[in-house]
Amino acid sequence: MKKSASFFSAEAEKKDAFCKQVLEIMTKQRKWQYVGLLYISPWLIGFMVLTLYPFLASVYYSFTDYSMVREANFVGVKNYVDMFTKDPDFYQALHVTFLYVLIAVPGKLIIALFIAMIMNIRLRGIHFFRTVYYLPSILGGSVAVAVLWRFLFMRDGLVNNVLSLFGIPPADWLGSPDYALFTIALLPIWEFGSSMVIFLAGLKQIPGELYEAAKVDGSSRVRTFFSITLPLLTPVILFNLVMQTINAFQQFTAAFVVTNGGPAKATYLYGLLLYNNAFKFFKMGYASALSWVLFGIIFIITLILFKSSNRWVYYADGGERR
Amino acid sequence: MNPRRRTRNIVTFLFLSAFGVLFIYPLIWMFFASVKPNEEIFATLRLWPSEFVWESYVRGWLGVGRYNFGHFFTNTFILVVPVVVLTAVSSLFVAYGFARFRFPLKGPLFALMISTLMLPDAVVIIPRYILFREFGWLNTYQPFYMPALLAVNAFFVFLLVQFFRGIPRDLDEAAVMDGCNSFSVLTRVLLPLTMPAVISVCIFQFIWTWNEFFNALIYINSVSKYPVSLGLRMTMDNEGLVKWNEIMAMSVVSILPLVAVFFLAQRHFVEGIATTGLKS
Repeated sequence: MKKSASFFSAEAEKKDAFCKQVLEIMTKQRKWQYVGLLYISPWLIGFMVLTLYPFLASVYYSFTDYSMVREANFVGVKNYVDMFTKDPDFYQALHVTFLYVLIAVPGKLIIALFIAMIMNIRLRGIHFFRTVYYLPSILGGSVAVAVLWRFLFMRDGLVNNVLSLFGIPPADWLGSPDYALFTIALLPIWEFGSSMVIFLAGLKQIPGELYEAAKVDGSSRVRTFFSITLPLLTPVILFNLVMQTINAFQQFTAAFVVTNGGPAKATYLYGLLLYNNAFKFFKMGYASALSWVLFGIIFIITLILFKSSNRWVYYADGGERR
Repeated sequence: MNPRRRTRNIVTFLFLSAFGVLFIYPLIWMFFASVKPNEEIFATLRLWPSEFVWESYVRGWLGVGRYNFGHFFTNTFILVVPVVVLTAVSSLFVAYGFARFRFPLKGPLFALMISTLMLPDAVVIIPRYILFREFGWLNTYQPFYMPALLAVNAFFVFLLVQFFRGIPRDLDEAAVMDGCNSFSVLTRVLLPLTMPAVISVCIFQFIWTWNEFFNALIYINSVSKYPVSLGLRMTMDNEGLVKWNEIMAMSVVSILPLVAVFFLAQRHFVEGIATTGLKS
């Protein structure tokens, strides 16, 4: 009797100790490591002060007539109404910006994908080409390149000189409203290298067995491209498409330095419209409203791209994204 | 190598070369135009100058106003170097926090940070400007230093977080056993391993800040504080239609540091990419 009691109590003690241990491990796991908050605190402060506050403040400003010299007065939706009813520049900027995005983004991505496909072979010296093609991406945002663009596409500039060799009559690339936007859009296309590198990384991820199998099945090269390469590359295409579209809608430097919106506002991109209203006319309230419309446009287009991605983006893990 | 594959490689090689020349030719042309006599730049298609006029560099360097390009370059370095250092340090800390610790709201905060990658700058730029104006930071470099100090560009944090995730936690735990605290785990154990990624961060930030134009345009308004980008545009607007070779010369000089960094850092680029590639 005594013996069994001690047996039981020993058992219970053992169980107790075990439970304690489990509990200890669990609480240890659960324990927050508050020091992590300390490490991320720079970002946390930066986010609050330099992103979240400005983000919310710009909603407020967009409903005021704030102009830096006077106090802000609440004007309701006047800025938004004015934009659509009284500002012809707004429509011009929208029109030109959409055109610009439609030329620059597909142009850049198609060339980037094309060159990446060609470069995705084992060939000596291929790294050299990667370097050469990447170089414009590094220089692209600089004023120096914008200056260069102005000289290249001048009436008697290099481009017209080369074209005349082939008997093509010179065009006024920057002076004519028909060509100027296209000339500006060539600049981001010239910088296709960064997208190309991302495509190349994507191409390297495609398992070689798939190509072997296609070869065994006697699939043609065109067929292989459309049935294997392109579907497996769609996630990378989506990524590039989204990032490039967001950037293209906000283009500023090229249009500002090369043409300053002209001729006849043919290159008056939305970024320029925003800059002029905010920092030239100091119509901060109106400019904030303009920035929210741009944000809305970018947001909707990004959303459409993501929503539609269910239909055209192939996910190797079966399509369930989290 | 069979003959068919060989022809294909040769064709590919030729195509890539031709395409490369097409894309790089403007830059080559810019260099040669900068040493041509002024009247020759647009008169002839010939690339090689009839005589080399290095004088364009000397005269271009002197600039148009009271300040020469030496002054603009000094400004650019005063602007860029702290921004690069601050970005690297702050992003490293923040990435370490996100990659290695459990704290309340970590998931949502990380998602929030990633979402700022896609937030158009246009929507925060105006209130940010008004805020910096309140602080009295207009016409100083604070609007560049502060965002760098506070790791506002999530791209760099994300890049480093990805890199940290590839480093086994066993290393941290072993270091803790040996008596390291969380700070010395970062500086003594993880930092040496993350160096390739940190260098990538520095290179990207160097290039982006060097090219920075829009923020310089809105925040800096006295010529004495102009970085090269603004100085170059000012020269262009004043004399752009006359002294072409001088403008070209200064354009060449202004992109030289970028080209130098790019070629010097090639190895680090490749190493960084290779390491992360192996991990995934």
